[in-house]
Parts: sequence; C-alpha cells; structure tokens
Amino acid sequence: MTTAASPGILAFGAYVPRRRLQRQAVVEAVGWFNPALKALGKGERAMANWDEDALTLAVAAARKCLPPAARADVDAIFAVSTSFPFADRQNSAVLAEALRLPSSSRSLDIGGSRRAATGALISALDRATGGGSTLIVASERRQARAASRQELLYGDAAAALVIGEGDALAVPVGTVCTIDDFVDQFREQGRHFDYAWEDRWIRDEGLVPILAASIKAVLERSGIAPSSISRLCLPAAASGAAARAIAKSCSIAPTALHDELTSTVGDAGCAQPLLALIDALEDARPGDLILVASFGQGSDALIFEATDALHGAAREHGVKAAVAHRTAETNYFRYLALNELVELDRGMRAEVDKATALSALHRHRDMVALVGGRCTTCRTPQFPRSRVCVNPACQAVGEQEPYGFADLIGTLQSFTADVLTYCPDPPQYYGMVQFDGGGRFMADLTDVLDSELQVGQPVEMAFRIKERDATRGFRRYFWKAVPRVAESRT
Amino acid sequence: MSRGIRDKVAVIGMGCSKFGERWDADAEDLMLEAFSEALADAGVEKRQIEAAWLATAIEEQHVGKSGVPLSVALRLPNIPVTRVENYCASGSEAFRGAAYAVASGACDIALALGCEKLKDTGYGGLPQRSRGVVNGFYWPNLSAPGAFAQLASAYRAKHGVDPADMKRAMGHVSAKSHENATRNPKAHLRNRISIDDVLNAPMVAEPLGIFDCCGVSDGAACAIVTTPAIAASLGRSGVLVKSLQLAVSNGLEAQHNSWDGSHFITTRIAAKRAYEEAGIRDPRSELGLIEAHDCFSVTELVTMEDLFVSQEGGAITDVLDGFFDAGGRMPCQIDGGLKCFGHPIGASGLRMLYEIYLQMLGRAGPRQRVDLPGFGLAHNLGGLPHLNVCSIVILGSA
Repeated sequence: MTTAASPGILAFGAYVPRRRLQRQAVVEAVGWFNPALKALGKGERAMANWDEDALTLAVAAARKCLPPAARADVDAIFAVSTSFPFADRQNSAVLAEALRLPSSSRSLDIGGSRRAATGALISALDRATGGGSTLIVASERRQARAASRQELLYGDAAAALVIGEGDALAVPVGTVCTIDDFVDQFREQGRHFDYAWEDRWIRDEGLVPILAASIKAVLERSGIAPSSISRLCLPAAASGAAARAIAKSCSIAPTALHDELTSTVGDAGCAQPLLALIDALEDARPGDLILVASFGQGSDALIFEATDALHGAAREHGVKAAVAHRTAETNYFRYLALNELVELDRGMRAEVDKATALSALHRHRDMVALVGGRCTTCRTPQFPRSRVCVNPACQAVGEQEPYGFADLIGTLQSFTADVLTYCPDPPQYYGMVQFDGGGRFMADLTDVLDSELQVGQPVEMAFRIKERDATRGFRRYFWKAVPRVAESRT
Repeated sequence: MSRGIRDKVAVIGMGCSKFGERWDADAEDLMLEAFSEALADAGVEKRQIEAAWLATAIEEQHVGKSGVPLSVALRLPNIPVTRVENYCASGSEAFRGAAYAVASGACDIALALGCEKLKDTGYGGLPQRSRGVVNGFYWPNLSAPGAFAQLASAYRAKHGVDPADMKRAMGHVSAKSHENATRNPKAHLRNRISIDDVLNAPMVAEPLGIFDCCGVSDGAACAIVTTPAIAASLGRSGVLVKSLQLAVSNGLEAQHNSWDGSHFITTRIAAKRAYEEAGIRDPRSELGLIEAHDCFSVTELVTMEDLFVSQEGGAITDVLDGFFDAGGRMPCQIDGGLKCFGHPIGASGLRMLYEIYLQMLGRAGPRQRVDLPGFGLAHNLGGLPHLNVCSIVILGSA
C-alpha cells in the first residue's frame, strides 16, 4: 500500500450541465432524414445551457475541486479543451481570475486532441515530484451538426483534478504516451464541426489496436499483471464491442471495463478520460488499480492506485453526484436553438450592440470575479465595491477591503420571470439576491429548470456567459444565481 | 430649513397633445401641439417667455441632445433652453427648472415642455438600450416590467398576501384607469376592460400581464409658469405650486439589505417633504386628487401606501373598495393615467399636472370632479424600484 504524502491526485471535481437531452427525442425528430441514427436513440447526453461554454464548465468543475481555502495552494493551472471559446485570450487566465487563483500561477491552455487532458495529467504528475501543485481542468462543449452522429454521441461536461504532493487519493503507478497521427476525425481552426471517417475503420484500425498497444505498454512498464487492474477506463468512442475487444486483447477481464458514461453524459471529448477516472475513483477501494487510457493521434495510458485517503474524499463533488443532478430535456428544438443550429427570429431586442469596453473590463476584473467590498469601518459587505459605504449609519469614505461573494449562498428577496426582455432561453429570470451578513445585487438567474421560485429561496452563484458580442466575436462573463435544488428530478 | 417653493409659482397655462401612436406626427409637431394650447391658455405672447426647459428621456432614439430641438420647433427668440432628463420623471424635472427660475426671480415667465416620440423606435414596449459601460457588466438582463414585477413578490411575502388577491387588486387598478380614459378624448387607450381581462392577459413579466402595463405612447405636455403677482395681473385666478420635491436613490435599495423590496423609499421621503412644504398633515383626508406614476398596476398599488394615503398593507383593501375610483373618495388617474392616457416618457410628469390643473379649474369636461380638489398630487417616478428618482408636485388653489 502506498503511503500518504506521495505525489498524486489530491482532489477531484466534476460538472455536468443539468439538462440531459433525450436521444430518443432526437431520433424521433431526425430519424426520417437519417434512419441509421435510430440505432443511437438510447440514453441521454448532457446539454449545456445557452450561457455555458467550455470555459464556464471548466470554472464550475474547478470550483467543485477546489474549495476557496485551498486555492492559494495552487501554483499552476492547466486548462484543457478542444472547444474553448478563445483562440487568443488565455482561457486558463480567465478561469484563474474567476476563481481568484494566485496571479503568480503558471497558466496554460492545452488542447488539440481528445487525449490532451491525460497528457496534461502526466505533466502535472511530473511537476508534483518537484513540489508543484497543479489544477487540471478539462472541459468540452463541442458543436455538432444537426442530425449527425456526433450530435447524439457528444456530451458537454468538465472534470477537474488537483495534482500535487500530499494526502493523495490516488497515486500514479505508471504512464505511457504514444504518438500516432491516426485521423479518425478532425476540425480545422475556425471550423465549428468535426468531420469523421467511417466508424468501422476507426474501430478496427484505430481504437482497438492503438489503445490495446498503449495499455499493454503501461502494464509492462509498471510491472502490473492485467488481472490486477480493477477498473479499465476507456474513451467513450471505444465503448461496446471495441471496449470488449481491447480488454480481451490486453487480457483484462471484461468485468473490469468501467462505464464510459456514454448513456448518461455522452462523449465529453478531452474531459471524458478524467470524468471516467473520477467516476472509477468514487467506486474504488484502497489498493485498487485503475487504468485510464485516452485516444487521439495516439494514446496515453496511466495506472493509478487508490489510497486510504479516498475514504475522506468529498464525493458530493464527483461525477456520480453531477450525473444524478439532472433534468430530462425532451425538446430537441430547444437543443438546436441553444446551440444556435437554427436561425430563430430573435426580435429587435436581440439587436442591441453588446460591445465591451476592454479598458473598463480590466479596471473591474475583480467585479467580474464577484468581488465586492467590505467597509473597513462598519464591516458591511457590499457589491459592487464603492468609495463611500452604502450603510446609511456609516457612509465612511475610503478604501473598502475586497470581499468575495461567489462562494456564498444567497437568498432570493424578489424575483420575476420576464418574457419581454430578450433571452435565448426565455423567460429571463432575475431577482434581488442578498447575502447573510450583508451585500446584495439584482442578479440574473439561470438553470431555473423545474423549480418554483420563492421569496427566501437559497441560491448559489455560478460563473456564466453574461453577454455575447456576435459582431466582434467576444463574450463577457459574470455570475448568475442558480436555485439550490435539494434533490434531482427527472 | 429652506423656505421651499410654496405659493411662489403660479401655473397660468397648460397644454397637452393627443397621446397615442401618433404615426402622423414628428416630435416637433407634438411639441407645437402642446405649446400652442398652453400659450393660448396663458394669454401671453411667446416673446414674454424668458426661459424654457425641455424634457426628453430616450434621446438616443428621439430628437437628440440639448435644448435646441425645442428652440427650433417653437422658433423661440434665442432664450435659454435646457434639456433635462431624469428617467421617467423627466417631465417633472422640466417643471422644476421653470418653477425654480420663477421662484428665484430670475424669470417672470418660464416654460416647461416634455415630449417623447416612442413609436418611431420599432419596439412594442420601451426600446432596448445600453445600460452604461460598467453597469452592463453586472446588471441583470432586465426590462422595466420585470423590475417592477418584483414589487409584487416582495409585497406578497411581506404582507402574507395570496397571489390571486394581489393580482385581483392589480386588475382593479387597471380596469379603473381604462374606465376613466373612456371619458378622455386625448387618451391613448380608450377601451373599457374587465378585471378578468387583466387576469387572463398574456404574461409579460410574472405576475404582470399585458394589461398590468402602461401604454407606450407619443405625446407632449407643456406648462407656462409665472409669479402669483403676475398671474393676478393677468387676471388668472391661478393654480399655485404648493410643493415640489425630488428624492433620488443613493444605492441603498440596490446594495443594502435594509430595503425589503416591497415599497419605494424615495416616494416615502419625497411625500413627507412635500406634505410638510405644502402644509398637509393628513394626506388621506386633505388630498383631493392623485395622479400617480402607474407605469404598472403594482406600482400604483404600493404607491398608495408610500404616499401615506393607504395604511401599510392596506392598499389592496382601498383599491377594491373603490377609494381611488373616479367616483371614489380620492380619484387616482381620473384621466386614465400612464396606463391609458399613455406614457410618452418626457411628457408624463407634465401630463399629470395638466390633469390636476384642469380639474382644479373645473375644465376637465366629462371626467370633471363635481367637488373641485383643493390639493392635487402628481407622483412621477423614474427608474426601477431599486434605483430610482421620485418627484412629487402638489398643486393647490390660490
């Protein structure tokens, strides 16, 4: 058994958007066009809200992984995606500021492949041996054409890990990387959609041999017998017959095959290997060996051993809880609309110029992290921060100390559901959100999916897209209130 | 303590254009329509006017900035003209400018004119517009009905009111204003509706339906003011300004948890000041007429409490009892109000004064109160419940 204070996985977190598009609803709508898709009409896939992108999903997963008190310990941020919104504006920097991570951190955007996150994980493990503490967050919101296989197979989700030295939940046993420019699918810069070759060729000439070779290599390098592997986490693309063929080829029992989350989340691209790893860790007992392998112009394979520290892991932030926190979406047209796959008549109210003054945005970047002020005289928290205290009994003039609201639970004091103002997913909910101990602001609400709003209702804050400036190709982020839902509903 | 403005300013002429969807008219036509009526009413020459204030709110989609549009439209003789804007209370702001000019002795005769041409924006409701560089970073994606609708949720929670009872009182507010407007030829919406029509109307912002919202109109309204002495010399019995108060939010409602969201802090402050200035001790018995800023039914409802006419928590009962109906103890929106006379933003504060003025002089035609009101109160609100300006003007007889 591995002892504590080894480099390894210190914490995990997962975020899956609450809406789950029912694949049956999709094939009912598009089966007339492509009857072959009817074979994919089982289960559900995670579907991001209109105000979510790969960056906001990443922030959500990172927050689950990193409680506020632990954020100062991180000294590197690896943000991984093939679908991040910005090609030139560092997505990991936006994430770092949203979470108020140390500005001295190393920040890297990593992408280009569905195996990018396992590569990032191996690099973070390398850093950990030198004492580095890395937040890895892998996130994907990939676009797919209407009535495509990808539309049914893909899912939007994010997974986060903290890798460092300490009381690790799991420690690495071995890793391998293999490069093979096998082009099963591709997406050129500036394109929205993936283009894929025939799936049988991908399976027989790509997934099975490349993954099997990579798995055999890591087993051999680690000196681990295939029968010792408790859980084998394969890419979503390799589920089913391909997975069984890979396991057989590697002499790993088919019972060790771990759920690729295809029927619940969908294929979350580069985030999927980390989601599967977290999901497997949640099931693991100390001493279990988990093998995770990724695919995309080659393959990475890693073996982890679970430790005793797993007993103390916060499972409410893991994959299983995120998967269970769901609402079934049967409206395929809503999916098309939220993904801008149909051109809706959005009306005149959608025409307003959404230009952002970048100079003001920089000046107020702490506001965008939901940092307000607390009066140093009367201690009243307030948002936004101002020069003159809002407390009528104080009104002290001077510097207020920064005071973060993002991780506090708010209370809804008043609210409405507005169908006049333009919202991609009407009605637009908003209301006065106030915080115990002081501070309030009129806030947008989001993910009001099936709950009846009430005055006094608790809400939590979520980092979301505030405005999209389609004219210039920019998007601005801010925090919205999400009603706290005690249990998931179907 | 300042001496205030009581009895220092007389209104000698008022005018108001027909409100509505004035596809026939530019803003300049509406200005002239209101001004011509006011000038004829005042019995003075245009050249006697020494200064003017123009109120327009949404200048981006209107006549543009500055006082120039009014000066050009009326061909004023190069007198000072100032454009003012204070949200939907802009009309009252123009009146304040003119009244202060006269009260200070700087001018003998001054003009206040408010105008809005909303029906060239292409929008059904108010046009969507920028909220400011930094506000846009964190303000919600709100509309006016959505901001005011929240009064209902907070009021219900505070007073333990059943949503259906609240909505029925709101329905009474709107049905009453529609009824009143049938007797007002200048009103935008002159159709009669039932409370059930209000209850069953399509939703705009929960719980406000389409009939809980005021009209979006084109129109202009105008006042000519002078000193009581000059008014008397002109043979005008005169309607005097008894008080003129403005209270502006300082961010407390938006940022400090002491506000419960169910009422208007500014209205309560402005009302107290106005009653003190006018010498009114018991508004419920002394006021004869109210023109309130009924942008939404729920606004009128809670405002009756904020003006200290209804007890706190008692507005629903007063409304349902008909206290504010045209034949009730204290008519509110006897001309149809913003709801039905219409709401051309810059004009609205002056339109309220126009109605009070007519009622005091017994010139309101088929909607005239038999007992002429001694005091009439115009409550003109601008902005949103959590961030607003509230003007209160009380007119009284000489």
